[in-house]
Amino acid sequence: MADLWLQFVLTIDATLRVATPLILCAMAGLFSERSGIIDISLEGKMLMSAFAAASMATLTGSPFLSLAGGILVSVALSLIHGFACITHKGNQVISGLAINILASGLTVTLGIALFAQGGQTPFLNKSERFTDIVLPFAEQAEHVPVLGTIYKEIISGHNLLVWVALFSVIVTGYVVFRTTFGLRLRAVGEKPEAVDSAGVSVSGLRFQAVIIAGVLCGIAGTYLSTAHGAGFIREMAAGKGYIALAALIFGKWRPVPALLACLMFGFMDALAARLQGVEIPVIGHISTDLILVLPYLLTVILLAGFIGKASPPRSIGVPYIKER
Amino acid sequence: MNASSLPRWIDIGLLPVLNLIAALTVAGVIIAIIGENPFVAMGVMIKGAFVYDGALGYTLFYTTNFIFTGLAVAVAFHAMLFNIGGEGQAMIGGLGVGLVVLFLDSVLPPLLVVMLAVPAAAAFGAVWGVIPGWLQARRGSHIVITTIMFNFIASSIMVWLLAGMLMAPGQMSPETRSFADGINLPLVYEVLQMAGFSVSRSPLNLSFVIALLACFGVWYLIWRTKLGYIIRATGHSERATIYAGHDPAKIIMLVMAISGALAGMMSLNEILGVQQRVILNFTSGYGFTGIAVALMGRNHPIGIVLASLLFGALYQGGAELDFEFQTITREMVLMIQGLIILFSGALAYLFMPAVVRIYSSLRKPTGSG
Repeated sequence: MADLWLQFVLTIDATLRVATPLILCAMAGLFSERSGIIDISLEGKMLMSAFAAASMATLTGSPFLSLAGGILVSVALSLIHGFACITHKGNQVISGLAINILASGLTVTLGIALFAQGGQTPFLNKSERFTDIVLPFAEQAEHVPVLGTIYKEIISGHNLLVWVALFSVIVTGYVVFRTTFGLRLRAVGEKPEAVDSAGVSVSGLRFQAVIIAGVLCGIAGTYLSTAHGAGFIREMAAGKGYIALAALIFGKWRPVPALLACLMFGFMDALAARLQGVEIPVIGHISTDLILVLPYLLTVILLAGFIGKASPPRSIGVPYIKER
Repeated sequence: MNASSLPRWIDIGLLPVLNLIAALTVAGVIIAIIGENPFVAMGVMIKGAFVYDGALGYTLFYTTNFIFTGLAVAVAFHAMLFNIGGEGQAMIGGLGVGLVVLFLDSVLPPLLVVMLAVPAAAAFGAVWGVIPGWLQARRGSHIVITTIMFNFIASSIMVWLLAGMLMAPGQMSPETRSFADGINLPLVYEVLQMAGFSVSRSPLNLSFVIALLACFGVWYLIWRTKLGYIIRATGHSERATIYAGHDPAKIIMLVMAISGALAGMMSLNEILGVQQRVILNFTSGYGFTGIAVALMGRNHPIGIVLASLLFGALYQGGAELDFEFQTITREMVLMIQGLIILFSGALAYLFMPAVVRIYSSLRKPTGSG
């Protein structure tokens, strides 16, 4: 029983680690999509910034410079997305797709050119990474039943970026729903002509939104390569950007429900990893492939309106053309 | 002055070429930054794609994949549907081929099995396309998101089956057993050798011919039939379809079925053409490349054949980069592909204002502009 409890606690701990990049990307997508810009390039931005961050960490040895590098590169991709979709009114899905494919090719190409390790970056030492922060008294707490285990395993021992991710949900909720900027941001995604007639720049707001999305994806990418992992591996984003997008839709474009969806999808991932090859009494083997497909399946079912209704911001995907 | 006042040759000829040049220029700059000569790299790719022994056969082999996936995207585009699920539809198409062959190759003669496997590829792909179509038409879910999700679901199904009940006994890698002898599409070089020509070995097979027939079929459907007219009308305005007495939902589902069938037939080239068993990830991104192909080819079969040839050459020539250079590999092609999608898709009209300006200033002196 005690063992089962520990297994459970460890799975929850793993859930948090797996969900961190999802949470950051979902919040990124929330800003972008609430402003009316579809962002399927979460994946590419995260991949590219993971590479940039790991490269910076290797070259400078500083995790904070790596974070800066990751954010900078991701924002640069956001600006390309903005230039195509906002300035030139290009198709947002096509632009996002282009960024994803570009990132896949560019990371490996630059990786080979810089480090000659088949597209990977060199292994990062502890000092070059965001390491786990052990909270005070975590060791002593181990002996306290239940609460002690929760404190030691789930709350303590996460790196800085996990906390940043959780904090980003609070900030997103506050900014989007409690500030003038947030009100305008939501308005520009629903009825941009109203914002325009109030004398606020639609393009300006949308650019701010995609830049914020870039910053958040940059943190997510940095987390992948220099906090959760120890270096960049090709294709390390591995569809997480798309899962985050699914979580955003699942959370109906709201911060807290999106957070819960990320945690749920993260839990499925963590559970699948833990159940790999494990024999469960009565049930037997559970195919991990079937657990891993659930996020996509659930999103399809939700979108089809079988469990509640997810309706996107009204003007999403529509370039704004000023009336003359 | 806008796009409609430009002559057709500028809109469908000059602008795509300018976009391609822009994409290649950016790629060239990146190659230069990492310390290689972009012109040398381009030379290697052209040689690798067309000049070396058997190179052309390989180029056309890849071209075949892109014609299928490009047509799939284009057909959907004509009804203003963005099908980015070509990847998944191709996987499921391959599954269809595999299931038909694995169940029947010990019972029926090879020729008959092949003749059943070809429609199976189309049918399975069609099913994987029609479900998102139905979800869009009847349940209001956005086709882009559903097709993305369906790619992942298809991929999971493939892993689950190929590493599970379809895995060849005694095999460690996730793939089916090999098909029985004689169950494949005829290879072009073998046919030509039999006819007395000396042609070097390449995987180019009958699928190429099927792909060209599909091009003709799509052209005929979209521009020469009543249904094609309705499809295009649905793309412009669903209300027009309703006034004409048709159900837009049915049209959407039909278009997605055709689109999925075309994507599914890509598996003929890979599975029935060369592999002769179902392997994991045989689609290797060709479904996504189809989007670039359709964008460059302006959704017209002739444009799609040309764009497919370009991408076929990039893929085959890109493989050559691995041998010739230390620092650039075939991932370079992925990067170029991303740039092409960016410039000819999202930034399709980047150069338009400039072209319009130049064109109208050239026209002025003649007094007719």
